[in-house]
Amino acid sequence: MPMEKEHEAILRTEHLGYAVAGKVIVEDVSLAVRRGEVLCVLGPSGSGKSSFLRLLNRLSEPTSGTVFLEGKDSREFPPRQLRRRMGMVTQQAFLFPGTVTDNVRFGPRQHAEPFPEEVVEELLRGVGLSGYGGREISTLSGGEAQRISIARALANQPVVLLLDEPTSALDDESKGGIEALIRQIVKERQLTCVMVTHDVAQARRVADRVALFAGGRVTKAGTIAEVLDAARTS
Amino acid sequence: MLHGHLDHQAIVGLTQAGIAAAAAFIVVLLARTRQIHLERETSIALVRGLVQIIAVGSVLAILLRGPRWTGGLMLCAMIVAAGNISARRAKKMPGAFGVSTWAIACGAGSVIAIMTALRVIDTSITTLIPIGSMLIANAMNTNGLAMNRFRSDVLAHVGQIETALALGAEPRQSVAPYVQASSEASLIPAIDSMRSLGIVWIPGLMAGMLLSGAKPLYASIYQFVVLAMIFASSGITSLVSMTLIRAKIFSAAEQLVLRPAAER
Repeated sequence: MPMEKEHEAILRTEHLGYAVAGKVIVEDVSLAVRRGEVLCVLGPSGSGKSSFLRLLNRLSEPTSGTVFLEGKDSREFPPRQLRRRMGMVTQQAFLFPGTVTDNVRFGPRQHAEPFPEEVVEELLRGVGLSGYGGREISTLSGGEAQRISIARALANQPVVLLLDEPTSALDDESKGGIEALIRQIVKERQLTCVMVTHDVAQARRVADRVALFAGGRVTKAGTIAEVLDAARTS
Repeated sequence: MLHGHLDHQAIVGLTQAGIAAAAAFIVVLLARTRQIHLERETSIALVRGLVQIIAVGSVLAILLRGPRWTGGLMLCAMIVAAGNISARRAKKMPGAFGVSTWAIACGAGSVIAIMTALRVIDTSITTLIPIGSMLIANAMNTNGLAMNRFRSDVLAHVGQIETALALGAEPRQSVAPYVQASSEASLIPAIDSMRSLGIVWIPGLMAGMLLSGAKPLYASIYQFVVLAMIFASSGITSLVSMTLIRAKIFSAAEQLVLRPAAER
């Protein structure tokens, strides 16, 4: 991969802010995430990190600042197109009633894109659930459901992956599996990933870079060594 | 002669009201023996109720003798009032009053207009108003049920709806299951009324027609006609209501704006 492409910021925010009824939730956040990179947004509950993530794919409307996707103002994309380009996985999998295949096909079906069985199977293999296509979602464990929700987000072939505490509802074993899967998918597909977590240890295991959030603002951002190790030393 | 008839009816009515009020006072006296004191409140409520209903009756008596177009005006006023009452069922839903009024106007209004044009409803005010009000009242209930159910379903499924949006679904697709469930639930009373007609209940209209000397067969058939009209107007109201409200709960950028207060 050419050097400039590798260091290209796929997702960038400039002075991003969000306030509701006069209450500031996110304030003046300027961050950039490169291709193939995982940025962990780390902070305590109520620090505005999940709200920040929702501003990226316009599930909420920023009240100030701009989000750029591949150099283009996100408001220039039709909302549905923007969201397809930014896959999102939340704490709960929120699978739709039906089979695993129905769920994986959900995104492509929205824009009448054919999505053959073998592509579904390939995605399921990618998340370690080969042969699960015909399974009813009610038969899945929490970890399996979360893997399906990742496969479902990937079916839209996004360039960005937004993860909102994707392992916080899982046991330790499933958590480790999902973390490894996220690393593998981001590297293999050269995705740009923003992951919200309150778990410092998880950020160390998954992130390339970290942004610390407090009171809706970024208090520090940089590599693990710059942010987390420096904090430990000081 | 008409005056004489009305006076006679008024005297009979007041006598009947006196007997009914006496029955209520017997209950008050019984309650008093058990140290439950309802005398003052009951007296005020009975007098107030009687005055109010006589006042409404007098206004109706004047309007019912007016030209036919006043019937249309009265129905329009009823639709707006019904929209207002129904919108209260959809607490904090954006544009609930406008949606409710339009839905009831489309549902009840269109059925009244078509059925009047086809002479299924007589154009005299004395027929148009009672039957029209029945259609409006039922459309109001249907709209209230649909909005109320839709609101609670959306608030209970914000995660699923936003997951669908995040996957690139159209807003209307993301709430389709809740629109369907709300429409179905709102029509249950209308369907059950049809289903139980004559077996579980004999509706007021039919009873009134029988009391005023109509032939039982015609009274029963016309009752079916009214219930079929109620079902048609309720169905249209529900469809219009859900179509309009589902657009109101999303912003222009396809964001869900009806969210629990804590998550906004």
